Amino acid sequence: MNKTVNQKAWFLVLPVLLLVAFSAVIPLMTVVNYSVQDTFGQNQFFWAGLEWFEEMLHSDRMWDALGRQLMFSGIILAIEIPLGIFVALNMPKSGFWSSFCLVLMSLPLLIPWNVVGTIWQIFGRVDIGLLGYTLDKLGISYNYTQDTFAAWATVVVMDVWHWTSLVALLAFAGLKSIPDAYYQAAKIDQASRWKVFRFIELPKMAGVLMIAILLRFMDSFMIYTEPFVVTGGGPGNATTLLSIDLVKMALGQFDLGPAAAFSLMYFLVILLISWVFYTVMTTLDAKEG
Amino acid sequence: MAKITLDNLAHSYLPNPKSEADFALKELNHDWADGEAYALLGASGCGKSTLLNIISGLLHPSQGRILFDGKDVTQSSTADRNIAQVFQFPVVYDTMTVHDNLAFPLRNRGEPASYVAERVQKIAQMIGMEDVLNKRARGLTADAKQKISLGRGMVREDVNALLFDEPLTVIDPHMKWELRTQLKSLHHEFGHTMIYVTHDQTEALTFADKVVVMHDGRVVQIGTPQELFERPEHTFVGYFIGSPGMNLIPASVAGTQATVHGAQVALGQRYGALSGDVKLGVRPEFVTLTDGDGLPVKVRRVEDVGRHKIIRADLFGNEINIVAAEGTEISPDMTRVAFDTAQVNVYVDDWRQQGEAA
Repeated sequence: MNKTVNQKAWFLVLPVLLLVAFSAVIPLMTVVNYSVQDTFGQNQFFWAGLEWFEEMLHSDRMWDALGRQLMFSGIILAIEIPLGIFVALNMPKSGFWSSFCLVLMSLPLLIPWNVVGTIWQIFGRVDIGLLGYTLDKLGISYNYTQDTFAAWATVVVMDVWHWTSLVALLAFAGLKSIPDAYYQAAKIDQASRWKVFRFIELPKMAGVLMIAILLRFMDSFMIYTEPFVVTGGGPGNATTLLSIDLVKMALGQFDLGPAAAFSLMYFLVILLISWVFYTVMTTLDAKEG
Repeated sequence: MAKITLDNLAHSYLPNPKSEADFALKELNHDWADGEAYALLGASGCGKSTLLNIISGLLHPSQGRILFDGKDVTQSSTADRNIAQVFQFPVVYDTMTVHDNLAFPLRNRGEPASYVAERVQKIAQMIGMEDVLNKRARGLTADAKQKISLGRGMVREDVNALLFDEPLTVIDPHMKWELRTQLKSLHHEFGHTMIYVTHDQTEALTFADKVVVMHDGRVVQIGTPQELFERPEHTFVGYFIGSPGMNLIPASVAGTQATVHGAQVALGQRYGALSGDVKLGVRPEFVTLTDGDGLPVKVRRVEDVGRHKIIRADLFGNEINIVAAEGTEISPDMTRVAFDTAQVNVYVDDWRQQGEAA
């Protein structure tokens, strides 16, 4: 059978191309454009080459923000993944209470970011917030606007409150897919509860957990709204994470060149880490198979 | 190794069973003798697996008790009962090697490493997997995985009983035969009490000393393969065991004579007055197609299956099967069937009636 050759069909892709160009390619290229130029106002731009990139690579400010960012993502992953698994393991497997738990746990996921921020901002206030007031009355010094530790604790607990459900729901889906026969065989083999978890539940959850880690990592690495609403990056620079720093630089100081270079590197770092995750995941899969 | 006693046992998957129909397993009293190999035979969904899971403790019975050597274990956990069970579909621990899979039940009981190594080696040899011991179980084929499951079931020597729940379903036919032979020799060697669930009669008859036939949640007969063949206690046994199954012919019975559509059939025993749905049961092997005396039939079809011929015929509108020896000539004037009088059983409402000697 001869195929009809008709290259005119490419024109059908044109609307999508235009849309993507308008919404993604051109804005991104604008950023690239800013990152290689300098301006002294009056809309006059000068070629700056890779100067901004070099400057950012030698900037303590960016490295500090990156360090805080990695620490933040590390801490929330270390809490949310085990906690999510724990919650999933202890959820009712079926019936009314199972559905009830699922709905209850989905609720935090439905709340918009800045609302979550506002909730915790008020919740933690010593004068009118329930948490802050209670801690204060218990004699625990807690003031997230002045104390670095309190600020970090608030931001981390807020993220755990907001996102552990996602990990738990994914882990629960993984657990539900395990056939009963596995648990029966483990009983026959006289395996302990820990061994059931280690050799049946964990391997069967590995796939969804990898996805959970990837999602939570990317999302936490780009987090902006919640810590911004609660601490505004303070006290000092204590909770100034990468994206908060980036917005300060770009919109606060209007340093478009360095900010553009910064955001491109930020983008590349996320891309790189995600790629590493993905590669590790797929090779692990292949090795086991 | 233990004698397993089922006392007044019954199970329903419903929380509040009302009628007998709600029970997946109807009331049952039975002793599984220590060291004997049993086959549990029945159609799918007749309660075989339910019974097995109750014995191993995976399922808690709605009523009744289970005793091991006279000791009540109804409330004991699976681990306390120390039972090995192999399921229909392979269950392997994906992330472990074949070796670790086989060693798992022993290690869980804290057996010394040297003993574990020796047992694993022995079992690996039995299931023919010595060369893949260090491979991860995940990548193996379904029948290799099932062999691991079987191996895990056999690796402990001190189990009270070995339960098999249709373990050879996913194994290819050649290996099936070999594994069954292995299981038999294992039984001879260690004398474990074995219960083997299957819906394949060949498997049941070749494996077991005693066959337990279940139908609709009830044990209908327990006996040796020969007893099941010659004296099926229930029409289900007659129909389920044998290929083709037993012929059932509606009749009325008086004394040593049965009447089928006005024709007389001699019986081997004397029966009193029978009421209900009376049927004669004759195995195809005990029916002869003849040109002499007998009941009139219309031959529909003759199937040559190699070792013998199966004749499908019509007897007063009912199908009747006849098994004839390989070399038998079947001529057009053979229009009657004769029964081997001693092998004609009488059933009332599906249950066999015991007559008096004629």
